[in-house]
Amino acid sequence: MSPLQLCLLLSSLLFCVGLVAAMARSNAILVLLGVELMLNAANINFIAFWRYGPNPEAGTGVLFVLFSIAVAAAEAAVGLALVIAVYRHQKTIRLASINRLKG
Amino acid sequence: MNLLPWTLYVSFAGALLALLAGTRSAAAARRVALGTALAGLAITLLAAREFVPGPELQTLVNVPWITELGVRYHLAVDGISLSLLVLTGLAATAGILFSWNNEERTGEFFAFYLSLIGGVYGVFMSADVFLLFVFYEIAIVPKYFLVAVWGSTNREYGAMKLVLYSFAGSALVLIGLLWAHAAGGATGYGLAELAEGARHIPAGSQIAIFALLFLGFAVLAGLFPFHTWAPTGHVAAPTGASMLLAGVVMKLGAYGCLRVAMPLFPGAFAVCQPVIAWLAIAGIVYAGFIALVQSDFKFVIGYSSVSHMGFVLLGLAAATPLALAGAVLQMVSHGIIAGLLFAVVGRMVYERTHTRELAALQAMPLHRLLPFAAGVFVLAGFASLGLPGFSGFPAELSILTGTWQAKPLWAVCAALGIVVAGAFTLRAIHVAFFGSTGATALLADAGHHDEAHAMAPISWPEKTGALLLLAATLWVGLKPDVLLDWIVPALQSPAFKAVINGGTP
Amino acid sequence: MHLPVSLVWLIPALPLLAAGIAALAPRSCRTLAAGAAIAAMIAAFVISCLALHTALADPGAKLVANFEWFDVGAGAMRLGWLLDPLTAFMCVMVTFVASLIFIFSTGYMKADANFKQFFCFLSLFAAAMLGILVANSLLLLFICWELVGLASYLLIGFWFHKPSAAAAAKKAFITTRIGDLGLLLGLLWLADSTGSLLFYDGGNGVLEVAALGSLASQVTVGGLAVSTAIGLLIFCGAVGKSGQFPLHVWLPDAMEGPTPVSALIHAATMVAAGVFLIARVYPLMSADLALPLVPLHALTVVAFIGAITALLGATIAVAQNDIKRVLAFSTVSQLGYMMLALGVGSWVAAIFHLLTHAFFKALLFLGAGSVIHAAHHEQDIRRLGGLRGRMRITFATFAIGMMALSGVPFLFSGFWSKEAILHAAHGWQVSHLPFGAALVAVVLTAFYMTRLVAETFFGTARTEETEHAHENSAVMTVPLILLAVGAVALGFLGTPAFPWLQARLLGEPEVHGHPLFESAGLMMLSIVLVAVGLGAGWAIYGRRPRVALDAVDPLAKAAPGVIAALGNRLGFDELYAATLGRLVTAGATVADFFDRYVWGGAVTMLARLGEFAGVVNRENDESAINGGFNVVSESFRDSGRAYSRAQSGEPQSYLRFIATGFVVLMLLVILGGGR
Repeated sequence: MSPLQLCLLLSSLLFCVGLVAAMARSNAILVLLGVELMLNAANINFIAFWRYGPNPEAGTGVLFVLFSIAVAAAEAAVGLALVIAVYRHQKTIRLASINRLKG
Repeated sequence: MNLLPWTLYVSFAGALLALLAGTRSAAAARRVALGTALAGLAITLLAAREFVPGPELQTLVNVPWITELGVRYHLAVDGISLSLLVLTGLAATAGILFSWNNEERTGEFFAFYLSLIGGVYGVFMSADVFLLFVFYEIAIVPKYFLVAVWGSTNREYGAMKLVLYSFAGSALVLIGLLWAHAAGGATGYGLAELAEGARHIPAGSQIAIFALLFLGFAVLAGLFPFHTWAPTGHVAAPTGASMLLAGVVMKLGAYGCLRVAMPLFPGAFAVCQPVIAWLAIAGIVYAGFIALVQSDFKFVIGYSSVSHMGFVLLGLAAATPLALAGAVLQMVSHGIIAGLLFAVVGRMVYERTHTRELAALQAMPLHRLLPFAAGVFVLAGFASLGLPGFSGFPAELSILTGTWQAKPLWAVCAALGIVVAGAFTLRAIHVAFFGSTGATALLADAGHHDEAHAMAPISWPEKTGALLLLAATLWVGLKPDVLLDWIVPALQSPAFKAVINGGTP
Repeated sequence: MHLPVSLVWLIPALPLLAAGIAALAPRSCRTLAAGAAIAAMIAAFVISCLALHTALADPGAKLVANFEWFDVGAGAMRLGWLLDPLTAFMCVMVTFVASLIFIFSTGYMKADANFKQFFCFLSLFAAAMLGILVANSLLLLFICWELVGLASYLLIGFWFHKPSAAAAAKKAFITTRIGDLGLLLGLLWLADSTGSLLFYDGGNGVLEVAALGSLASQVTVGGLAVSTAIGLLIFCGAVGKSGQFPLHVWLPDAMEGPTPVSALIHAATMVAAGVFLIARVYPLMSADLALPLVPLHALTVVAFIGAITALLGATIAVAQNDIKRVLAFSTVSQLGYMMLALGVGSWVAAIFHLLTHAFFKALLFLGAGSVIHAAHHEQDIRRLGGLRGRMRITFATFAIGMMALSGVPFLFSGFWSKEAILHAAHGWQVSHLPFGAALVAVVLTAFYMTRLVAETFFGTARTEETEHAHENSAVMTVPLILLAVGAVALGFLGTPAFPWLQARLLGEPEVHGHPLFESAGLMMLSIVLVAVGLGAGWAIYGRRPRVALDAVDPLAKAAPGVIAALGNRLGFDELYAATLGRLVTAGATVADFFDRYVWGGAVTMLARLGEFAGVVNRENDESAINGGFNVVSESFRDSGRAYSRAQSGEPQSYLRFIATGFVVLMLLVILGGGR
């Protein structure tokens, strides 16, 4: 098994874990965590394809990942802020009960 | 001269203003309307003073309008249209004076009224047939509202009948117009272009197109047997509107026949001449007879209108220079006289007595209660039955003389109508105003004593309007040259020459 | 001093001006209205005298002043004034008689509330009548003719609060208008075939040689010359206005107007207009006489109609009981004489009789008015009587009028003018029937006039009112005296021995008289006939005057059927009502029915058809088109509802969809072979 395949296998596992977490957990924070996992699975793919791809000299993979991490951080901040706002309003962060846009 | 298109603009602007003023007060709307009508009249009179009679249509405005179809905004006048424009100004002014007491949605009333007037001005000035048709339609629509909203007896029926007839007529006109345009291969809708194209149409189609156009227009002129809209419409309409209906709207039809149908297809006209003449004669005598037995005062006048318009159509059918000039003169004359008669019946009498049944009026000593109305009606009645001194006499005389030149038998039959006119007019005068006699008068006096005192005196707008129209009919009657000096040169144009000569220019 | 012909229009214009003043003056200005009317009339009389002076200076000339009324391109409508002896004599007569009638009216109408209007209408009437006389154009004549009709309508119907007066006015207007229709058609024909309506126009007028020649030479329907046909049509107008058979029915009814109106209309003016018209267009009427082969001469018709009318009027007058109706039928009869004279070719005799008749008939009518005024509006001669002593002036003047009308010889004008007519009728070549009828009418005239005078003035007063009657004021008697003078004197203008009037009318400078004995035979005959009439009248009514109010008339006792029929005016009114009247009413009703139900029905049917189509369309719309549309939109809504169920608002379920979708996508990619 080539290193690329191993890397992809790892990222697939990570993605699946994130997906299951995002789909199954009822706590909003944990769902966010799941989403982060899936994002990082994608980041691993970027790195892996860059490292074992046809042109490892250009720094494209790292650059993508760096952007992605920055965006994920911002997204996490916004997501958590939303969760806090929702909690203040609804006194709960169970996703099942937050199914209305109206406050 | 170039002032004339302003009659149009002023009227439509006045309509808007009246609508606006109406939201404030009825009095403001009335003043706006009267001002507009007077402005229109003043413009036509000013233009008439500068008018140089001649055989050609004198162009006022000529710009492209719908270039794809070749339709032009082409306004032009000759002596015939000028006479009718002056009549329109006069009838509009008088009509407003006789609508002075309108208190119900006054602004809208005058808005409709003035847009009708605008449309009429437009028809009389259009030299592009398509434009003429557009104005013709503009004139029809307000008519419906005036009758349906402000009318009296059976108004929905009357209004609907009026509009159905008008639209049926204009549908025929439109078909004829498009057919003439297509078959003749003309590039535009100008009168001259269409006439040029029409010459290349085969004779059979010419007759068909002519029939469509003439019939379509003549419906509005009250051609027998398509006249039944006129009495019902007149009766249902409010006074001001019936003055306009009889005064100018019926003239639109006759004008359309004279200006569009006949010059475009002089050959076909020559073929149809006897039919038109006999229908016109039938209308004169037949409507006169009906007027003789009506029990509703306004119906008498309504049918007399049909009878008198029969003379116009007869003059057109005879198509000698004298008869045509007489027909135009009769249009003006009838416009004035019919307006006056309707004013007396609808405004002066009906709005005070609240009845138009001759039997009911007979019981009232109206000649004593409303001496002014009685006097005006007697004079208008004499004018209507064609006594010398009033405008009807030179008009009917010219028509009959001209008709005799064409075919004596027509003149003989039509002259019968004059005797009938005498009979029904005198009957109306006697029964309505001088009907209460001897003992019945005393009884009526005793019984209706309070009522008699409650009858409002004739107001100043009524007096002004009546005197204006009386002066006009007397003036034209004593000096028909005023109008004939404009009309006769216009009949010298090649288009009318072709009509007179039966198709050979 | 001469009157230029261009100023002839002043004669009708002055009364017209007076009418205008009276019309505009306030109701209370009675003196102003009457004063203006009388002043204008007298001024017109003076001008007429000037005109007569001018015309007699050269009696053969036709002075004309023509002008254009309006121009209609093909041929101008031209009007004009004419001055010749005929016009001038007529103008003088009309203005003189009218002045007296106006003055008389101030007394007669004193108590009437509408005094002012009365003078307005009278002046209008006089103006129109004078307009007829001075017209040099058939068109202008027709215009004035119509205005005369209008004014007479207003005057006859002046007391419109009486139903009979209103009906009479209407009847007069419409009956004369039927005649006018003929005149109008004649006018149209004439205008068409000669291109002019001027009588005299320097050689181009319709009464001048050129036009007459062409008119007489053309032939129209039935082989008639065009001039004959036109002449007969014009004669229709005269028949209507002059109350000739068969359009005489309006004239007796017109007695409903105030008596001065009757005098004006029935004596001097309106009824004379017809005779004047025929005299005026005499060259046209006689143009066909030169043609031997035409089937009918226009003048033959005129003569026969005149003779019938003369006899008919005189016969009916015998059985009338209303003082004014007797005079009315006598007018009908006298007008028949005039027409007879015209027809047999002596238009000057007709005009001579017209002038004398105007005087004595106006006199008789005003005399009757005087009686009626004094007797508190009692007009039935059976209820009058014995007025001879109470109203001396009226009686004397009335008797003069009666003798003039009866044709009492030598002293009275009626004798000479009637003699001239009989003489002309005797000499007529075509037929002697009219002459015979005229002789019978002479007897009857003398008879009924004697009856009238005997019943009214002799015997004893038979009612309270008559008992208290007394002579009227000078305003009313002076005109009577003046007219009586005229009724006597006028005859000497035209005696056979010195026929000055005839010669002047014919335009001859010299007067050629004949010794009286040349026509002595005829004269003797008519004197005998008059004597018979007078004697019979006196024998029946004068010797044994009526005493009781309801005593039966001696003649009615002898022949009740005849007198009743005559009293009923031979049933002409009933005949017309049953035929013409019913025909018109039926025609009108049928036309009305047609309009209401046939044409109106057709329209209603069309409207119903439209409505029906509307109903059908609505059904179609609602079931088919709307149905289809509804089904389609329903299905859209259902599917929408189904999809919306997936829109639960729960992010995790969305995520689940995404994941499932992703897996499906992946599977498709893998199973599709990685491409």
